[in-house]
Amino acid sequence: MELTCYPRLGEEVVRHILPNGLTVCVVKKPGFRQKYALLATRYGGMDLRFRQGGTWVDTPAGIAHYLEHKMFDTAEGNALQELALRGAEPNAFTSNAMTAYYFDSTEHFIPNLKTLLSFVSVPYFTAESVAKEQGIIAQEIGMIEDDPGWQVYKNLVRALYPDSPAAIPVAGSVESIRHITADTLYACHRAFYTPSNMCLVAVGDVDSSDIIAAAQEILPAEGGTPIERDYGGGSGSVTPLTERTMEVAQPQFLAGFRCPDAPEGLERLRTNVIGDLAVDMLMGESSPLYSRLYAAGLINASFECGFDLLPGVAYVYAGGESADSAAVLDAVRQEAARVVSEGVDEDYYQRLRRAMFGASLKGLNSFESIALSMVEGCFHGFDAYRFPEIFDTVCKEDVLRFIRQNICDAPAALSVVQPKEE
Amino acid sequence: MQIDRREIMPQVYLTHLRAGQFKTGLISAQLVTPLSRDTAAANALLPAVLYRGTTRFPDMEQLCAQLDRMYGAEVSPTVRKRGESQCVGFVMSFVDDALVGRGERLLERGASLLGELLLDPVTRSGRFLNEYVDGEKANLIDAIRAARNDKREWAELRLMQEMCASEPYGINRWGDEDSVRSLNNRKLFERYRDLLATSRLELLYCGAAEPAQVQEALQESFASLPRGAVPPLCAVVRRTAPAEPRLIEETMDVGQGKLSMGFRCGSDDVPALILANLLFGGSSNSKLFMNVREKLSLCYYASSVYARAKGIITVSSGVESRNAQRAQSEILTQLRAVQEGQWEDWELAAALAAARSALQSLGDSQGALENYYLGQNATGQFESAEELIGRLDAVTPERIRAAAESVALDTVYFLHGKEDT
Repeated sequence: MELTCYPRLGEEVVRHILPNGLTVCVVKKPGFRQKYALLATRYGGMDLRFRQGGTWVDTPAGIAHYLEHKMFDTAEGNALQELALRGAEPNAFTSNAMTAYYFDSTEHFIPNLKTLLSFVSVPYFTAESVAKEQGIIAQEIGMIEDDPGWQVYKNLVRALYPDSPAAIPVAGSVESIRHITADTLYACHRAFYTPSNMCLVAVGDVDSSDIIAAAQEILPAEGGTPIERDYGGGSGSVTPLTERTMEVAQPQFLAGFRCPDAPEGLERLRTNVIGDLAVDMLMGESSPLYSRLYAAGLINASFECGFDLLPGVAYVYAGGESADSAAVLDAVRQEAARVVSEGVDEDYYQRLRRAMFGASLKGLNSFESIALSMVEGCFHGFDAYRFPEIFDTVCKEDVLRFIRQNICDAPAALSVVQPKEE
Repeated sequence: MQIDRREIMPQVYLTHLRAGQFKTGLISAQLVTPLSRDTAAANALLPAVLYRGTTRFPDMEQLCAQLDRMYGAEVSPTVRKRGESQCVGFVMSFVDDALVGRGERLLERGASLLGELLLDPVTRSGRFLNEYVDGEKANLIDAIRAARNDKREWAELRLMQEMCASEPYGINRWGDEDSVRSLNNRKLFERYRDLLATSRLELLYCGAAEPAQVQEALQESFASLPRGAVPPLCAVVRRTAPAEPRLIEETMDVGQGKLSMGFRCGSDDVPALILANLLFGGSSNSKLFMNVREKLSLCYYASSVYARAKGIITVSSGVESRNAQRAQSEILTQLRAVQEGQWEDWELAAALAAARSALQSLGDSQGALENYYLGQNATGQFESAEELIGRLDAVTPERIRAAAESVALDTVYFLHGKEDT
């Protein structure tokens, strides 16, 4: 058990790796009523092809998400009810590279935690219960597919990374989920829900030894072997423009720039900080470009930009509602070229760095964002709370280099949803 | 949590929530005014126009630069509906001085910027800048239209418009497109003056600072607030459901249908209705979740919300059009079950545990606290989360049945694809 204090953040974290390989992080939060736990496995929508016992296995799109839905079933009925009686409403999500189960409660935290550990580690499905879930998930897919924001996102990733499983919807399709059976679900659970592939985070006014004891008591003693996954080549060419029409009020767009993959370890956190700063410097709310585009009516308050990292996938994105998204993309490219050739004012850079540091501190108010940053750190080999030190070492030149390599010289894609003509 | 509430100027109230566990402080300044078709659009436009620039920071770039210098302080213009009132203003959050050094005085700087945003906009010949008004008018029209993009939200909005057509509650918090279009700089500036002088101002602070320090900072920042005759808070309009529920069907190019149902609650027993709603559809252990979703696999979501300030319950569900009738009748069957007291002991225990936990953890989020107390303050109630927990614990099954019995279907709204019939 290892306690780390972060005086610059006013935080303390206990980390421990169990003999079965599970990483446990406990973030102490005195003064809060809520106690929060999140159990995550490094298995998401992208993990469709993997090597097991020497052979490559292909699984249907949407299987990790389907499995997430079915994990709440237990031999006794449903874990939801057990937790509800003790005031906890659990939930779960599946993203590209992770499936996570979590709850918060103000009372009975340790019994609730044991229930969470138990239902996530002990699968229980039957052919009937798996078949029944198809109707629910098909409706979930129907809901997502009607969402224009989802459509622009899906088409952007597809345009930037045509060969990557990141371009396949996490929930799969109504067609692909028909091929999912109880047997395939059991097999994927066996492969990926092993303690050594998982991370448990608890946040709140909790005792770390109780958390570790609960994990030791409930989870299996064996850890499991690392699983090799195939994320495709990432070499396909970028499609510059993807358009579709939907019932929307204004055109929506998302532009993206394909960036090189980031290394693991603390360098990954550093790349993230530099990427975020670069995006902010170029087109964040206080940038000259943002003001100009906003004043010209080319963007509105829905405009968002950022830098995303997934396994084998990295891209800068910007989007929102705009009547002329091609003009916005052009303006971003031109501004990037200008910034790289003219440089930026040191004051402006320091101001942005200070603002971003403040925003990172703010993230420490949210138990969910704390837990997710701990899991990211665990899966990618860095300590997420080292961000103040990273901010100390990043300089203006790092950020300008990022803009040159990842925006000026990178292939770009534009994904647009146009309103249907009446 | 220590709660202190006082009137610091005529019709200017400060709610002070003392909490040392956060990394940030939060200040909210909300003008509370009756929701009306004549003024809703102008009121909604004001925070956006004011956020474009102040005398000291006359454009977005300079305003954002100031926020950056304050360690990334955040300001959000807000437009909300609480009961039959419209609340417009700003919510600001900034890093606590303890994390950046006491010398920064971010609380004072934040309060002062908030006062400037509300009271000292950049002007030209005694008006707002035309380009700001025109730009934000276009943005507000876009935002009103964009409600169609999220079909679930759209179905809920249309339900309220139809069900409460003759009540202020049925008015969109952003007003309507035509009203926005008909606004000009002169009318907007007049409305601005009027709104400042005749609205109650609800200030709220949540963070580690002492009440005296906060009061002093805010009093100074809002010293020039004009004060005219402030009308009392509007009373909530309570209606009963019609004998026959109204049915509205509309089409859009969508794959999945959206079913929204609005119910009127006759009872004033708020704690009993909170529990009745949780049993019915307010959690993932509710009858709607367990039956409409889990047992019948009709949908991904079917849930209910109780708007206690207004006495309305709404049910929202995404279903395939061919299953809509089945879903609707199943939803009504589940309401009847609650009305007849058909629930297991564990269901009620879970409902109570969920309500308690939600209220207990309210104090863990500054945003949730701000939202809760604005809801209270704008509707003239004052009940702390702890007091409400006490009242929930005292609710009997008989009271839940009686409260549920008073819930009657008023309007059904169904949005479906153009090919579906």
